[in-house]
Amino acid sequence: MMLWANTNLHFVLVGTTLFGFSAGVLGCFAFLRKRSLIGDALAHAALPGVCIAYLLTGTKVQGVLILGALGSGLIASYILNAIVRHSRIKEDAAIGLVLSVFFGIGIMLLTHIQHLPMGNQSGLDKFLFGQAASLIGKDLYLFGGLAAAVITVTFLAYKEFKVIAFDPGYAETIGIPVRRMDVLLTLLIVTVVTAGLQAVGVVLMAAMLITPAAAARQWTNQLWRMLLLAGIFGAVAGSAGAIASAVAPRMPTGPWIVMAITAIFVVSIVFAPQRGILARVLRQFRNATRIQQENVLKTLYRLMEDAPQSTPTVDMVRRYRHLSIRRTLHLLKRLQRMGFVSEGTRPEEWLLTADGRTRAEALVRRHRLWEVYLTQYLQLGKGHVHADAEEIEHVLTPELEQELEALLGYPVQDPHARPIPYSRDGGPK
Amino acid sequence: MTASLWIIATGILAAAACGLLGSFLVLRKTSMLGDAISHAVLPGIALAFLISGSRNPIPMLIGAGALGLITAFCTETLHRVGRLQQDASIGVTFTWLFALGVILISMYAGQVDLDQECVLYGEIAYVPWDVWLWNGLDMGPRAIWVLGATFLIDLVFVLTCYKELKLTTFDPQLAESLGISTRLFHYLLMAAVSLTTVAAFESVGAILVVAMLIAPAAAAYLLTDRLSRMLVLAMIIGAASAVTGYLLASWLDASIAGAMATMSGIFFALSFFLAPRHGLLPKHFARLSTK
Amino acid sequence: MTTEAAIAVRDLTVAYHRRPVLWDVSSNFPAGHLIGIIGPNGAGKSTLIKAIMGLVPVASGEVRILGDTLKRQRHLLGYVPQRSSVDWDFPTNALDVVLMGRYGKFPLFRRPGKKDRAIAMECLEKLGMSSYADRQISQLSGGQQQRVFLARALAQDAEVYLMDEPFAGVDAATEQAIIVLLRELREKGKTVIVVHHDLQTAADYFDWVALLNLRIIACGPIDQTFTAENLRATYGGRLNLLTAIGEELSK
Repeated sequence: MMLWANTNLHFVLVGTTLFGFSAGVLGCFAFLRKRSLIGDALAHAALPGVCIAYLLTGTKVQGVLILGALGSGLIASYILNAIVRHSRIKEDAAIGLVLSVFFGIGIMLLTHIQHLPMGNQSGLDKFLFGQAASLIGKDLYLFGGLAAAVITVTFLAYKEFKVIAFDPGYAETIGIPVRRMDVLLTLLIVTVVTAGLQAVGVVLMAAMLITPAAAARQWTNQLWRMLLLAGIFGAVAGSAGAIASAVAPRMPTGPWIVMAITAIFVVSIVFAPQRGILARVLRQFRNATRIQQENVLKTLYRLMEDAPQSTPTVDMVRRYRHLSIRRTLHLLKRLQRMGFVSEGTRPEEWLLTADGRTRAEALVRRHRLWEVYLTQYLQLGKGHVHADAEEIEHVLTPELEQELEALLGYPVQDPHARPIPYSRDGGPK
Repeated sequence: MTASLWIIATGILAAAACGLLGSFLVLRKTSMLGDAISHAVLPGIALAFLISGSRNPIPMLIGAGALGLITAFCTETLHRVGRLQQDASIGVTFTWLFALGVILISMYAGQVDLDQECVLYGEIAYVPWDVWLWNGLDMGPRAIWVLGATFLIDLVFVLTCYKELKLTTFDPQLAESLGISTRLFHYLLMAAVSLTTVAAFESVGAILVVAMLIAPAAAAYLLTDRLSRMLVLAMIIGAASAVTGYLLASWLDASIAGAMATMSGIFFALSFFLAPRHGLLPKHFARLSTK
Repeated sequence: MTTEAAIAVRDLTVAYHRRPVLWDVSSNFPAGHLIGIIGPNGAGKSTLIKAIMGLVPVASGEVRILGDTLKRQRHLLGYVPQRSSVDWDFPTNALDVVLMGRYGKFPLFRRPGKKDRAIAMECLEKLGMSSYADRQISQLSGGQQQRVFLARALAQDAEVYLMDEPFAGVDAATEQAIIVLLRELREKGKTVIVVHHDLQTAADYFDWVALLNLRIIACGPIDQTFTAENLRATYGGRLNLLTAIGEELSK
């Protein structure tokens, strides 16, 4: 008994993994063309095809039913395009329309079949909600073949799909048969969708196409990496779902696969480096700290500029920048570790080191250069330029600074008649 | 006989409520949000079931209404904060919530008298037998009361906020410049859609709700150039789909909700080909005659 | 000539994703004038009037309309958005669109009445569009659509009109009709601020101009402002510095 359960789990596991991989890869192209929800429509549209195939042939042979699903999926995608092209109905409404009407037809046919006196008609509804647990050895050939087909086509038509996804109009002008490639892509998606229906069901099929792509997009800016990642995410989610439903036998597989892929998505959108939400917040936070540190450096410089004889104290810095004592001390300690400031002879006193002085000079120079620029080129009054310069001084790059210096002709004073400090190497000629 | 009348009446009420709101969804290019909400209310309904332990409509309305707004909110947040494109935001949100709903239902299968089939294509055939007893009085099918109330609420909402809905749909910038909040009306509309979905789901199922939201509105959009007429036409086409759908279903001995959705698609196809000004054939002949 | 400022802008900075598209704009737009906002593509012309209308978030600075805040004076502003900003397939007719201009005049729940309808019809008439009142808006030509938008602004009965490229893509007859109307508005003491990018016609149309390219280059009566030097600064000036710093800020 245990052994049997195990082999079955193997089938399910391999099947859902292969399927997850194929769906993840293909979903990327739909995602990049901003047509993610088309997968949803195609999944719903497969149902009437399955029913009609059964009504016509009377068999439940896998291949026949899948051919039916393929047929109605292709018809649906043709109708969808025709509605958008030949009427003022927009794409979103066309998708919703095709999705719900095809599904309605499917449901009608399905219930019609269930009420027919043919017997042995149960089993069609596994296309509706998915029954991964019923996957058997034969199905694996299907999923394996599918994955192989997806990988081959993606590999062969990689550059075409890439150009089309990026800019279909341009692809057309360089002689890529966009329409035919679109049909090929639709065909592949319909195939994956049809196969996947048995694993996750109609409604959740959309997740297998959209979510891995959306998650993978967070991690990379390169298409081939995105495809690979989306495939892996889909595969991981597929196997996780299979295991979850094996642990708790009454659990349907499909929803657990979707939960797994959504978890991957959430992790991606929060934690991905660069694009992730956390990374962006951290970046902002670090930036804010850097700006505060630079402001403290600059303040020490200004205080020493105003009163060259005395040494600035923590309290003076704090008042100048409206910071708390704790925060000021924390910033000073950090700057000390970086070698920009050192403690003075008396307690509470802080001094700029040589390095710190160079850094502070650079900041003050940028600040004052910008003030000159604003008054000369934007005709702003002297009183209006300080706040702006406070921000710009932290973002001016050395190249821009040089350009600014050259443009302004190395001025020696800012609009408030304060000297502009030039470092020894790049001073006025 | 009265049973069929009750079923048809239920279908008509659901169709009218959906047609009214669906017209705005279609014009605002947010049809898929309607689709998403109609699926995503599932966990809300399941939770309401688990907590209240009954099919009492009030907790269900609250649960599902909350989920509807959460869907709209999640989609917007993923788009704005997560910088994910709109279509993917919708797809990720509703599939996840639907999966959650299915899991809740199968975890508590014993306590929850609900299943996926019922959610997707409803049990409109049972409507006449599920009556509302009030002080021991038979008040008629419960679904009629629930849907009737929903339809009235939607109607009052659209009538009172007609000019705001119209302006925020047509020209959001002008609306903002006049001090009318586009976001407020977006969320009000989504709340109404959620409410309607929940009210309708039990009797007609999620899929018919989506069909009724989009197909009649899209058909009406091709038939007229006036918004007020479009709203009325959408309701009429929806009602016609309900009536003919019922006939089709009894002829085929098949799902009533499925047949109603099918008929709404057929009405759309008629309008797509034959609509006097925007239909495919009249446009085609007009082109031929000018040649 | 009145000296009161219809719109006063102080230190206005507007940024999209932290990239400033308007830098420290300060300027007074005097009442009773026909004012052109002139500058090259991407100079922030539309952004400026959107910022005045409160349609885009403002990073810093303030805007005062006839001496008070936008919140209090919103009803005094009339706005003509770019024609491409709406979906012309929307099921409605010309009269209905003009009627939308009256929506700000009455509270929630109230519907436009007979009087509003008459006013809307009058406004269409003024632009020579009364025979198109029942026409579906997608069946109007570009010029006619623009006239409908103008009629809608008239129906708003505002003190200050802000128009975003009303002359873009319209036929010569419409352009003429529009400019006649704008002059009429000026005669009535209204202020009209128009985003415009055609230098040739600007000198004829406006009596006051603001030259804009990310910042205000010059602002004043046309004869003093429309100098070769100012125009060179607007169209050929060294802006790559501002643009480059904008890039840095957005990182």
